[in-house]
Amino acid sequence: MENKTTKRSKSKFPVIDCDIHNSVPPGGLSPYLSERWQAYYKTFGLRGRIGGYYPRALLNAARRDAWPPSGLSPGADLAFMQEQLLDAFDIEYGVLNPLMPVGEQLNIEFGAALARAVNDWQVADWVEPDPRLRASIVVPYEDGDLAAEEIHRCGPNPAFVHVLLLARTRDPLGNRKYWKMYEAACEYDLPIGIHFGGNQGPITGAGWPSYYIEDHGGMPQAFHTQVISYVCEGVFERFPNLKIVLIEGGFAWLPPLIWRLDATWEKLRLEVPDLKRKPSEYIRDHFWLSTQPMEEPPKREYFEQMLEQMDMNDKLMFATDYPHWDFDAPDRALPSFLKPELRRKILADNARDLYAFDKL
Amino acid sequence: MPKYVVATADEIPVGERKVVEIGGRSIGIFNIDGEYFAIRNSCPHQGGPLCSGLVTGFLESSGPGNYNYTRKGEILRCPWHSWEFDIKTGQSWWSPAQRRVRKYEVHVESGEDIEASSAEPQKGPYVADTFPVTVEQKYVVIEID
Repeated sequence: MENKTTKRSKSKFPVIDCDIHNSVPPGGLSPYLSERWQAYYKTFGLRGRIGGYYPRALLNAARRDAWPPSGLSPGADLAFMQEQLLDAFDIEYGVLNPLMPVGEQLNIEFGAALARAVNDWQVADWVEPDPRLRASIVVPYEDGDLAAEEIHRCGPNPAFVHVLLLARTRDPLGNRKYWKMYEAACEYDLPIGIHFGGNQGPITGAGWPSYYIEDHGGMPQAFHTQVISYVCEGVFERFPNLKIVLIEGGFAWLPPLIWRLDATWEKLRLEVPDLKRKPSEYIRDHFWLSTQPMEEPPKREYFEQMLEQMDMNDKLMFATDYPHWDFDAPDRALPSFLKPELRRKILADNARDLYAFDKL
Repeated sequence: MPKYVVATADEIPVGERKVVEIGGRSIGIFNIDGEYFAIRNSCPHQGGPLCSGLVTGFLESSGPGNYNYTRKGEILRCPWHSWEFDIKTGQSWWSPAQRRVRKYEVHVESGEDIEASSAEPQKGPYVADTFPVTVEQKYVVIEID
């Protein structure tokens, strides 16, 4: 099979990729795990809750051309990622979002050990060898104290630009059990990134669907839940500097949710007296969203209306989702009619404003 | 239209493919049951390297509960977003009216014919060095404009 990357025309604008998935090669975490946890990993493996995972139709959910010639898994080979993504598209900065389910481990102390290992591995094996890359602090997020501990350990290192969670959590993320994590993130001015995925319970609001297409297409449900929870639990009153990035959840669903929440809040504000402002104000101030996979309305005017309704042009950030099968190409994914100023913002400026790339 | 010799006939067995660079274009040549077809190695959707995709069939349904797996070995699925194209025509199965990948004329010629033809075919740079045309062989020849 021809695995060579086709040369691409360089984008006229700088490109920052807010969602790159690197993966751990076999044995890759061993240097960063204690003997105790190496033995545990070898003997018991990873164990989260069972049943939420739908097979991805494509092996590792990967682009078929993203399997490196080295034989490693997609996203596990830095040189191949450099060739196929960072160099091919002239990426200025890339945010690594490793999806190993550390936050879902039932043995939460093992989850904490894995988080430390994945974080140390990202810095040593990815960010240090390639100055374009930045790491995510992965955390055992179902335990606020342990998650905060890991943020305190990694937060001072500018190699990390945000904290990474998966969208389908055990409880809605506004819940007080997660607050220590937000307190720690605010201390280092680190946004919380919430990425597509998570398998801890029924994956829809109404039970278990039959198909992967339902899993994939229905993912915004989880993001809905999180946005509502953050607002209604008063998280942004407690943590006024907290920034949340919704990654790979789309965004067209946000305006109607905002309208519904505002209307409901007017009638039920008695129940949530902590809220001093309209839900729409908290949402527009505190949330950022990545583009991939974008909703693609059939008419240009619908897309333009969608952006107008959101009123968050400073908050949309481009992402490829490399090496996954629903990858967005920087030179082709955004609609051709976007005005240059907005294209520039989405492709790089918004991300550069949010993330502290230049501190490293 | 210039012709390019891109492979010896037996170099691309039935069910196999070869991707070549000709005139700055990446093109995949496929052998389906002994016939050769060539299409551009760039998906009209987002420009993915189409010709490294899976060669498969087409699954269709005449109604709920009825499934028919047809065109086995004639459909190419893009490695990025799984868009499917008819290798023989370049047409997309998803939106045949709007989406078509560029198709090129391919045929097999004997070395004798190639040598004898007045319009000397241009040898594809990738192939020319490795496979000098000899009269005993049959060659896959592609025409591009």
